[in-house]
Amino acid sequence: MPRLELRPSASQWMRYGSPVIAVLLTIFSGLVIFALLGKDPIRGFEVFFLYPLRSFYHISELLLKATPLAICAIGLAIGFRANVWNIGAEGQFILGAIFATGIALFFGEIPVITLVLMMLAGILGGAFWASIAAFLKTRFNTSEILVSLMLVYVAELLVSWFVFGPWRDPQGFNFPQTEVFESTALLPRLFDGARLNLALGFAIVLLIAGHILFARTHLGFKMRVAGESPSAAGYAGISTAKMTWVGLVVGGACAGLAGMAEVAGPVGQLTDKVGSGYGFAAIIIAFVGRLNPLGIGLASLLMALFYIGGEQAQQYLGVRGSISKVFQGLLLFYLLAVDVLIRYRVRFS
Amino acid sequence: MGLLRVASLTKVYSTLIANDGISMEVRPGEIHAVLGENGAGKSTLMKMIYGVTPPTSGQIIWEGRPVQIRSTAQARALGIGMVFQHFSLFESLTVLENTALALASNAHRPELSDQIAKISAHYGLPVHPDRLVHDLSVGERQRVEIIRCLLQKPRLLIMDEPTSVLSPSAIEKLFETLRTISREGCAILYISHKLDEIRSLCDTATILRAGRVTGSCIPRNETPQSLAKMMIGKEFDRPRRAPLASGERVLALNQCSKVAGSPFGVDLRGIHFSVQAGEILGIAGISGNGQNELCEILSGEVLADSADAIELLGAPIGLADVETRRSQGLAYVPEDRLSRGSVTSMSLAENLMLTGAIALGLAKGGMLQLSKASVMTQDCIDRFNVKASGPHAAAGSLSGGNLQKFIAGREMLQKPRVMICAQPTWGVDVGATAFIRQSLIDLARSGCAVIVISEELEELFEVSDRIAVLSQGRLSPVKPLSETTVEQIGLWMGGMWRESENATA
Repeated sequence: MPRLELRPSASQWMRYGSPVIAVLLTIFSGLVIFALLGKDPIRGFEVFFLYPLRSFYHISELLLKATPLAICAIGLAIGFRANVWNIGAEGQFILGAIFATGIALFFGEIPVITLVLMMLAGILGGAFWASIAAFLKTRFNTSEILVSLMLVYVAELLVSWFVFGPWRDPQGFNFPQTEVFESTALLPRLFDGARLNLALGFAIVLLIAGHILFARTHLGFKMRVAGESPSAAGYAGISTAKMTWVGLVVGGACAGLAGMAEVAGPVGQLTDKVGSGYGFAAIIIAFVGRLNPLGIGLASLLMALFYIGGEQAQQYLGVRGSISKVFQGLLLFYLLAVDVLIRYRVRFS
Repeated sequence: MGLLRVASLTKVYSTLIANDGISMEVRPGEIHAVLGENGAGKSTLMKMIYGVTPPTSGQIIWEGRPVQIRSTAQARALGIGMVFQHFSLFESLTVLENTALALASNAHRPELSDQIAKISAHYGLPVHPDRLVHDLSVGERQRVEIIRCLLQKPRLLIMDEPTSVLSPSAIEKLFETLRTISREGCAILYISHKLDEIRSLCDTATILRAGRVTGSCIPRNETPQSLAKMMIGKEFDRPRRAPLASGERVLALNQCSKVAGSPFGVDLRGIHFSVQAGEILGIAGISGNGQNELCEILSGEVLADSADAIELLGAPIGLADVETRRSQGLAYVPEDRLSRGSVTSMSLAENLMLTGAIALGLAKGGMLQLSKASVMTQDCIDRFNVKASGPHAAAGSLSGGNLQKFIAGREMLQKPRVMICAQPTWGVDVGATAFIRQSLIDLARSGCAVIVISEELEELFEVSDRIAVLSQGRLSPVKPLSETTVEQIGLWMGGMWRESENATA
C-alpha cells in the first residue's frame, strides 16, 4: 500500500511543480471527458487548447479575457498572503461595474475625464463592497469568507435591479441592459481590428506593483507576517485589524477596477450578466499562481484559455460551453490534491 | 539483561548526520541521563526510540528482542512513554480531551477526569481537566504532558527537558515522583542540560556531542564543571559583573492593575516597581502567575487602563501601542521564541525586520532596505555567536539556543533603553545560556534597564541586581540580591510575603 509520509521540510520543487502537474492532469482528464462524450480526444485537444491561439486576433482575445482575471486575482492574492480570505471578488467586481456605469450614464461625454472618473468610481465601488466585510470582521469578528461570499448575491440582485429598473435602456426592447456607452466612456483599444484595450496595461502595472509590494515594501512584509503568524504579528506590533482592512480593500479595489474595465471594454454597457464568474475564477488563479504575481499572470492566461476553449468546443464540437467550468473545477481539484505532495511524499511499503 | 539497548543507531537527514552510530543500554528501573547541548542529537535519538522517525541504520533491542518501532502507538504498546520538550497538545481542546486522545482505549470521561485529578494531586502537578490548553501557560502545558504520560503506566519513560518550566519545589516533587516510578521498575531516560539535576537524580549518564557518544559516567561522581566539559568539550564561563552604579529611572509601573482578557488568565493586581538604567531586575515566579499578562502590558500588546500606569523615561505610555513603545526605546524578548519571537518559515533577515525594520532604519519611506538588512543580520549572527548558514537561513532551521541568541541579539542591536526578557534561557543549552546571560549583563552595564522574567532561580541569582516575585498576579517587594536568599524567594513564590513590605518597592 502506498502511504503518505511527512517530509522533513516542505518541498520547494513541489511548490512550483504542483500547478504544472495539476494542469497536465486537467488536460488529461479533459481528453477523457471528450472521449466519453463521443468526440475524438485529439480533435478535442486541438479545438480546446490550440484554436484559441491560432491567430493574432485570437491571441488578442485571449489577452482580453485574461485581463480582468489577472486584475481580480492579484488583488485577492494580496489579501490571501495576509490570511484575509476574501472570496467575494465577484460581488466587488459587479459593484465596480455599477459605479463605473453610473459615471458613464450621467457624465459620459467628456473625453479622458469620463474614463478617469469611471476608473475611480469602479475602484471605489469594489473597495466599498469589500469594506463592509472588513468592518464586520474587525468590529464583530464575523467571518470575512461568509460575509464576502454572501455579498456576491446581494450585488447580483443589485445589478439586476438597476438594469431591469431605473437604468434600463428605453430603446432596448426590454432587455436587462443599459444604453451602450458613448465612445468617450470606452477604454481605448490597443490595435486596430482587435478588442484588446488599455486594461491590459492596468493588469501588467498591478502585477508589477504586487511584486514590489511583497518583495520590497514594509507594508507587504507586515501583511506576510500577519498571514504567516498572527501571534508573531501581535508581538511585533503589527495590527491584524489594519492588515484585514488593507487586504480586503485592496482586493475589492482591484475587482472593482476589473468590473469597470469590463463595462468600459468588451461589453460597452451594463448587463445583469456582467459578473460572468470572473471573481470566482480569480480565486483559482490566485492559488494556481501560488499567490505570486508572475504565476498569477500565467494562470490568468491559462484560465482565459479555458473560457475561450470552452466557446470553441461549443462552436466546433457541439459540446456545451459549460465544459470550461468543468475544466476550472478540475484544475482546482487537482491543485489541492497535488499540493499535499508539498508537505508529504508517497512511500511504497 | 537490559530493558533497552540501541546498537550503532544512525540517522541521516538529507545533508545532516544527526546521530552517528549511537550505542547505549538502559537497565530496568534506572534513571539514565542523556546529556548534550542543543543540536547534539538527543532529540533525534529519542524520536527513533519513540517511533517518531525511523533510523537510517542500526538496531533497537527491546527486552532482548530486536524491534522496529514504526509509530508512537507501537512504542506506547511496547511500554515506552515520552514527555516532549515541545508540547504536542491540541490548543482548542481541553486538558481532559487531550488526555483522552492520547490513550489507546476509549476512556470513560468522568473516570478519566478523576484519574487526572488524582495523578495531578499526587505528583503536585495542579491543572484543571476542563481548561482549554489554549489558555494554559507553558508551565501548565508541560504538566498536562507529564500527567498524560504517567496515566499510561509506561515501562520506559522518556523525559525531554521536563523541569525547564517547573519551580524548585515542583522539581523536587517531580524528582520524588520519578524516583518512585523507577523504584517500581520503570526505567527513565532523562534528557537535560541541567547538570545539578542530573547529579542529584540520575544513576548513569550517556553524553552526546555532535551526534556521537562521547562518554558515559556516574553523575554523582562528577562535578558540574566536569560534566559540562564532557558535554561541550570546554569549560564554560560564569557571567562576570561589574559593580552597579546608580542610574536614571527608566521604566516604572504605578500600582498597575489589569483584569485578564481571557477567563483563565491572571488578573494583575497593583503591580508597582521601577527599574533604573544599568540594572537588571529579576522577576521570579512560576509561569501562569501573571507572567504572560505582565509581559503583554509592558510590551503594549495589551494596554493599561490609564496612561499613567506605566512610565517610560518619565513619559506616560500606558495607552501607547507596541510600535510607539518600541520607538521610545523598549525592546522585548518573548517567552515563546517559535511562535511569537520569530516567524519560523521566514529567513533570519526577515526576522530581523520583524521588530527591527523601523528601529534599525531598514524601512525607509516604506521600502525595505534588503541588502542592508542582510548585512545587519550577518552582523547579528557574528556578534551573538549564532550558528546559522547565513542571513537567508529559515529561522525554523536553527536550534533552540541559536534562535534564542538571534532573537536576543536582534533586540539588543536596536540599542534599547529598556529590555524585557521572558524566560531567556528556556530549553537552551549550557553554552548559549551562559552567552545570553553575559549579554544581558553587558547590556545592562552599558546603560540599559533590563527586566528578566524567569522561573529559574539559579538564573535570576546569577544575573539580577534586584529581585522580586510575581505570584497570583501580585508582585512581592523588590529586594537587592544581597538582602535576600534563594529560600526567601522560594517562599515568596508561594505567595507568602507580608504586604507591608510592598512599600519598599
